[in-house]
Amino acid sequence: MIEQREHFQKELAKLNDLILKMGGMVEKSIFNSVEALKKSDAKMADQVIKLDDGIDKLELEIDELCLELLATQQPMAIDLRFITTGMRIASDIERIGDLAVDIALRAFELSKQPLLKPLEDIPKMAELAEKMVHRALDSFVKRDAAMARGLWADEEKADGYRDLIHDELVGIMTKDPSTISRALPLILIARHLERIADHTTNIGEDVVYMVEGKVIKHAPK
Amino acid sequence: MIIKTNKLNLWYGAFQALIDVDLAIERNRITALIGPSGCGKSTLLRVFNRMNDLIEGVRMSGSVNFEGKEILDHEIDLITLRKRIGMVFQRPNPFPLSVFENVVYGLRVHGEKNKQVLAEAAEKSLSAVLLFDELKDKLSMNALGLSLEQQQRLCIARLLSVTPEVLLMDEPCSALDPFATMKIEELMIELKKQYTIVIVTHNMQQAARISDDCGYLLLGELVEFADTKKIFTTPADKRTEDYITGRFG
Repeated sequence: MIEQREHFQKELAKLNDLILKMGGMVEKSIFNSVEALKKSDAKMADQVIKLDDGIDKLELEIDELCLELLATQQPMAIDLRFITTGMRIASDIERIGDLAVDIALRAFELSKQPLLKPLEDIPKMAELAEKMVHRALDSFVKRDAAMARGLWADEEKADGYRDLIHDELVGIMTKDPSTISRALPLILIARHLERIADHTTNIGEDVVYMVEGKVIKHAPK
Repeated sequence: MIIKTNKLNLWYGAFQALIDVDLAIERNRITALIGPSGCGKSTLLRVFNRMNDLIEGVRMSGSVNFEGKEILDHEIDLITLRKRIGMVFQRPNPFPLSVFENVVYGLRVHGEKNKQVLAEAAEKSLSAVLLFDELKDKLSMNALGLSLEQQQRLCIARLLSVTPEVLLMDEPCSALDPFATMKIEELMIELKKQYTIVIVTHNMQQAARISDDCGYLLLGELVEFADTKKIFTTPADKRTEDYITGRFG
């Protein structure tokens, strides 16, 4: 068999690399935003916010490359699914980056006052969200639909953490309303982490489509 | 369905050009046959109106059913068959006659002499290929003076005048520029409302744009036959995927 369209194959490999680069940056952002929270480190929070520009630029670069390939190469079958999925995944990664910035902003806000309580569930939830981002990107790289499907169970765990954190903090605020300014940002952070988990399942759905050609969006999992 | 093949095999002498082809062509749809050069797609197309009979040493086995009749039957009336299943070729091939005489040629061959019938058929056929308004004042001009695209439309009109049911098109746009190609493609989409179209094309984008069903042939085998959307987004066979993504061909 003759391997053809060498230039096109190189461009597809470039698209793959750009998505991975963007994913790597976002994983770093999530990690740093939670570290900034744990260590009350305003400087680290600021770094996350600054890194987001680079993530946004990569999304634009990926969009441009995908449009160019669609317009000039008339991709078909797996190539078509890879390119359209690539565009959607880049959009989800960009949203995850924005959510890491939201966490960093909350961390920045909280760094000015003592923590309400030692953080237990938020770091665990953050670790789960990071693991999910990594797993989503890994499933994309390895073209592994089964790995992508594993994300659904983790999403339920993330929802569980969000509810746990929410209930605990609402209890604290009810008992002592003076804690609201320190508790509310933590509730929001749990919400941001849960949204990150949601975006990874979007990526998972796209990976299943890319690999198997099956649309599982909006279908019961 | 209008045409159905069952275990169709075809040999040119010792060379087997079609191998166990099972295919069902649906009415009022455009069916595209794609595949690399020499895969058998034009051979398969020519089976449907027995044009391969003109080639020496051709043998066939299996069956090809057209509306309940066996096309491979030696008793079949080939003139009637080719009237019902007409063919458009790569290069437009108008006769060196007037536009009018080209369109009514088939009717004259079938014995029609009534001037009014001929005039009405010419108008109807030329209108169907969106050529009547352009040429109604030039019906006596020599058809060879038309543009290639007009000539191809005229050849399609010539088929339509004998009221066929199926139009076989063998690379009908390969001699045309992109704009003329687009116009013929639009015409095909319009014509499928009344006719069944089977097209052989090397242009995969063309197959993707205009066909409803698509078959991929390789070395005489029908590797995959499915809804066109499926073939071009999620083909079931790796060989189809390799061909349409340009990894093989």
